[in-house]
Formats: sequence, structure tokens, C-alpha cells
Amino acid sequence: MSIDTTAAAQTDTRARIAEYLSRFFPVHDLKDDENIFELGFVSSMFAMQLVSFTEHEFGITVENEDLELEHFQSISALDAFVTRKLLAAAPR
Amino acid sequence: MTSMLTPEQRQYAKEFRAFADEAVAPHADAWHRAQRTPPQAVRALADQGLLGLPVPTAYGGGGCDAVTLGLLAGELGRACSSLRSLLTVHTMVAHAVNRWGPRPLKETWLPRLARGESIGALAVSEPETGSDAAAVTTRITRDGDGNWRIDGHKKWITYGETADVFLVVGRSAEGPTALLVERDTPGLRTELIEDMIGIRASMTANVYFENVRVPAAHLLARPGLGVSHVSGAALDLGRYTVGWGCVGILDACLDAAADYAGRRVQFGSPIKEHQLVRRMISTMYADAQAARLLCLEAGRLRDAGDPGALAAASTAKYFAATAAGRAAADAVQIHGANGCGPDYPVQRYLGDSRVMEVIEGSTQLHQVGLAEYAFQERAPRRQR
Repeated sequence: MSIDTTAAAQTDTRARIAEYLSRFFPVHDLKDDENIFELGFVSSMFAMQLVSFTEHEFGITVENEDLELEHFQSISALDAFVTRKLLAAAPR
Repeated sequence: MTSMLTPEQRQYAKEFRAFADEAVAPHADAWHRAQRTPPQAVRALADQGLLGLPVPTAYGGGGCDAVTLGLLAGELGRACSSLRSLLTVHTMVAHAVNRWGPRPLKETWLPRLARGESIGALAVSEPETGSDAAAVTTRITRDGDGNWRIDGHKKWITYGETADVFLVVGRSAEGPTALLVERDTPGLRTELIEDMIGIRASMTANVYFENVRVPAAHLLARPGLGVSHVSGAALDLGRYTVGWGCVGILDACLDAAADYAGRRVQFGSPIKEHQLVRRMISTMYADAQAARLLCLEAGRLRDAGDPGALAAASTAKYFAATAAGRAAADAVQIHGANGCGPDYPVQRYLGDSRVMEVIEGSTQLHQVGLAEYAFQERAPRRQR
């Protein structure tokens, strides 16, 4: 991946994550670094929905080793996690 | 509705139906009365590879898709809700281990679960904790050597009396925590709960933990994620197979009601000619198809890895369980006094259907929760 396409992919990843998360916090303008787990109870299945979205949307697998809440706590954190996973999986 | 299945799924469906008709249905009333599942019945399921059907082939399972697993749950549910419950809890445990278990734990346990050498049970509910799983009080603490210690009491554990391994969710300093615990661990004791209203052969038990030591490597996911991720993953699959089990109850009610209404003569005609009997059977007929379609859709989404699968499984379970409740009540009503007595299976379906509206998210929990999915799907999209 070139630097340009990487940057574009990152923007796109961030936008897709933000769009998905806005469904859960419709009356709140979610900031990129805001901790979503501190915004209060969403639903009991929210964590699994977020894992499922991440895997389906970006074609990656969230392994047991990846299961740190910090990776999922904000738009920026999830963006960084997805980008790392995608880069690790990309052919070199 | 077989047109919605692949040729392979259709073939599986035929085999599952034959197995349920030959090895399960003829014995289900006897198991219900004895309040026991004979070990041979579990062995038969295992020998057919049915207990490991959804476990990945890399771990010795059948690697089947979700729709195929659903078809199996439906056929078992038609024959015996207790045995279908075994499939449900066993596959919930295997799924949670596969999803959030460390690799060595998967390599040890998944082949055993796939072969049915070890039967898994889910130990979350407690005397004072049901729907609110995050409020479990069973204590999980760390020993000085880094291993875990469990103290507490789990209740209503399906097949808890005979299971070989338990997926236990308790409370550690970090929050809800999930551990895989072998039955033979010192300090673990079970006690059968008899005289349940339904799934009476399901060997439901109290499970007591007194200073039970568990290796550090038996942790699933992370401490604190035992409900949100581990129980969440298991419950999602459980709702899916329970939904299908309810499709089976609907089918069984329809079979019984249509047969009885055709043979029973009152006022000079078979009661199938009576309008109010027809109304009950019409509702059952429509409900059975609607429930099956919802379950098929939940399976299709699950197979596609679609995040909408979670909402679909809840919706399917909610509808199928409530529909099974209606169908079982009507099937008993159509059978009249015979439905209230011991000679027809509809009495069993009625008790089983009550349990279906309590487990894997009560009807009321879904009535509150499904709206959340509706709001999510309709929330205004924010573009950045």
C-alpha cells in the first residue's frame, strides 16, 4: 500500500466506524476520541454487535488475543486497531 | 420452504428428520416421565457426529453452517425439547470456547466437545440472578499462583447433572469473568432439580462451587468480559437454536392437532370441521411458517457474518417461543381432556413451550430489547 492510499483507507475506515456507531448514540455527536463505554448502557448485545460489525465491515477476524476493550472504546481506537489488522494481513 | 435450502442442507434435513423420528420421538414421552435423558440417547447423538456438527473441521467437528445447525435443532425440537436443549447448551459452550478461548484451550477441548466425549453446559444463572447476567455473585478470585478460585452457587443449569465441563460466569475483581471448569474438579458438586414444568428430561441441576481451583489457562476472553463477550456470544447462538427448537414444537403441535382433529368425532363430525378448531389450526399453521422463515433468515445472516444476525436471532427466538406457547396451548385445547392426560404428547409440548418463553432471554426481555434494534436501524445516519 502506498502512503496516499493508506491515508485514504484510514479516512474511509474512520468514517465507516463513525457512521455505524452513530446508530447507537443518535442524539450525541460522538467525538473521535470519546470513550463509548463511558456514555452509558447501550444494550447487552452491543459488545458483540461491535465485534461482528468490525469483522464483517473490514473482513478481519477479531481473535481472542485482540480482545482488549481499549481497541473498541472510541472511533479513533477502533480505526487504529482495524488499520493495524489490515496492514498485518496485507500482502507485502 | 425447502426451496430456500441448498441441496446439501436439504439432504441434512432429511437425515435429521429420520434420526429424530427413529431415535428420539418414540422415546421422548418416556424420558419426560422418567425425568432423565438416558446416556444412550446422548451417545446416539454423538455417534452421528451431531453434537460436533458446528465445530470447525480443524478441531474435528463437522464445520456445518448455521442454517444446517438450525435444521438439526428444529428436528430435535419437534421430537424432544430436552434433547434439543442438550444440543443448545453443548453448542453454546463449544462456540464460546472457539470464539474466545486461548488456542491451547481450544486444541484440548474442542475435539472432545466435537466428538461428544465431553458434554458442555452453561453455568450463568444463580438463585438470585437470571436475566441480569452481569449481576452474578459467584466469586472468582486469583490464587497466589495465578490460577483461579470459584465459590458460589449456580442454578437451573440445563444438563448440569451430567455435563462434563461447565462454562462458568462469575464475578472477579475486574467484573464478570468466564472460566471453563471440569466436573471432576474438587469442590464442584451438582444436584438434580426434579419436577420442572418442562424440558423435564434435561437433567437440570444446581451446581455448587466450594473453593474450586481452575487453571489460569481456562480463562475465556478477558476478566471483565465474561458477560459482554463470552456469555453474549453463547447467548446469541443459544437464542438461534432455541428459536429453531420452537419451530420444532410448532411442527409437533401441528402434527398432533391435525391428526387428532381428523379422528375425533363430536356432534356427528370430525372436529376438524368445527370452525373454532380450524381457527386454532390456521393460526398454528401460519405461525409455524413465520417462525421458520425468521429462523432461516437469522441463519442466513449468521452464515454471512452480518452484524444484523444478533437482532435476527433475538427476533426469531421471541416470535418462535411465543408462537410455540400459543400452539401448545391450542393443541392441548383441541385434544380436550385427552390433552390434559398422560396419553398424548401435547401435554409435554405445553410445559416445554413455557420454558422456551423463559430461557435465552425471557419474552419480556425481548419485548423491551427488540425496540433497541428498531431504533438502531432507523437512527439518522451521520456522515463525516
